[in-house]
Amino acid sequence: MSSGNNILVKLKDAGIRQNDKWLVKGVSLEVEKGKIVTLIGPNGSGKSTTAKIALGIYKKIEGKVEQFTDKIGYVPQKISVDWTLPLRVHDFMVLTENLKDEEINKALTLTGVLNLKNKNLGNLSGGEFQRVLLARAISKKPELLVLDEPVQGVDFTGEIALYKLIKEISDKLNCGILLISHDLHTVMSATDHVVCLNGHVCCSGSPIDVAKNNEYKALFGDQASQILTRYEHKHDHVHSSDGSIEQKN
Amino acid sequence: MFDDFFIRALFAGIGVAFVTGPLGCFVIWRRLSYFGDTLAHSALLGVTIAYSLEFNIAFSVFITSSLIALILVQLQNKTNLPGDALLGLLAHSSLAVGLVVIGFLTFIRFDIMGLLFGDILAVNVNDIYIIWFGGALILLILKLIWKPLFASTVNYELAEAEGLNPNRAKAIFTILMAAIIAISIKMVGLLLITGMLIIPAAMARNISDSPLKMVTYSIIGGLLSVLIGLFTSLEFNTPSGPSIVAAALFLFILSLLKIKQTIKLKN
Repeated sequence: MSSGNNILVKLKDAGIRQNDKWLVKGVSLEVEKGKIVTLIGPNGSGKSTTAKIALGIYKKIEGKVEQFTDKIGYVPQKISVDWTLPLRVHDFMVLTENLKDEEINKALTLTGVLNLKNKNLGNLSGGEFQRVLLARAISKKPELLVLDEPVQGVDFTGEIALYKLIKEISDKLNCGILLISHDLHTVMSATDHVVCLNGHVCCSGSPIDVAKNNEYKALFGDQASQILTRYEHKHDHVHSSDGSIEQKN
Repeated sequence: MFDDFFIRALFAGIGVAFVTGPLGCFVIWRRLSYFGDTLAHSALLGVTIAYSLEFNIAFSVFITSSLIALILVQLQNKTNLPGDALLGLLAHSSLAVGLVVIGFLTFIRFDIMGLLFGDILAVNVNDIYIIWFGGALILLILKLIWKPLFASTVNYELAEAEGLNPNRAKAIFTILMAAIIAISIKMVGLLLITGMLIIPAAMARNISDSPLKMVTYSIIGGLLSVLIGLFTSLEFNTPSGPSIVAAALFLFILSLLKIKQTIKLKN
């Protein structure tokens, strides 16, 4: 991870303190164009906090964060939409950027939820909402995507498909992705660089290096390091989100 | 056909309704109705200052309400008191101080009822200019900050992360709130301005499924409230502010019937 102007965001020894307690400390990382950097770690290890530091949501931080792009797409971990706001999927898609109808349709089709376009946001299931969040983040063709547990609540086949989609987007748009996951299993194949967090960076490197690392094993247990022998799910058809089955050829 | 004062009140009321419609939606979405109340209560202080210094009322109210909003932000940052306690503190103390100052200004005759509940007889041509020009300016600024304001209303972090500067939009919106109170105080009265802001918007919420529709219906609801309210006020000699707000309540109740219908359809 070197070469100069491909860097989209750079954290140097960044951290944040709240009431004399470090939420996360001494994180250094870079996200480059076309690369996927994955943050993993147990609950409360500072993954989301690190993402928010990278996004510039937190103002009072220690260390340094530099952004080299303002075209950013963000999928937050938690988002609750208030009932006081009448909001359809379509309205949500144009929340931060004015998009043409075809751009909206394209993004919703990619994540498999075009049929929800005129539905009220409050009526979506967790998995559907997650797909809409992802569609919104990619629809504006960002240079940097920050995805905080983007597939939570999505069914297993959908999860694999969405991770594949994320990888494709990274290749096609040549955008950098900062991905947060608590599970190295599913993101393994797509990731270029893994940062393992536990309040601080406990190890980082390529997925295989990290899986072999002792600190990683200590955090996640021996089982986790056997990611190379992961279960391949064979399927001769795909389920689209409206329940219909499409045959694969 | 109608007296001049009534035509003036009509023009003033229509101007006010155009602005309270969209602002009221944000007051509901961002849960600011008590904040609006506090600014409105502090307006009395602004009025007394205007009288004692022979200043324009709208301008003076605008300045005092903005100052109160600023003080609120400071108190929020520097004390450990909850937001609603601070709002109550500022609302009632500024109302009290305003009334005490009135007590000292014995040389001026105040129409307290008019201040609290609005007085259509008090609206002059100058006020109409202030309402229409001020109102147009408020709407223009609201249009400019719509995107960051709305996005941060849905989700603050999303707006901040994607570079929309929600804090600036919030600060500007606070000033717009002070401004709408300033231009509508003569018409609606300071106790009922928040009603004019939230009741048409609440009515609109009941019958809309998108933000833009809610804003549109909120404006229409406000306009109808002004028309019904002012005619009632003329006919039965009731104070203008309460008449307008009561008309808005009437529309709100009608909109509840619509909800009932949709629920029935769903079952």
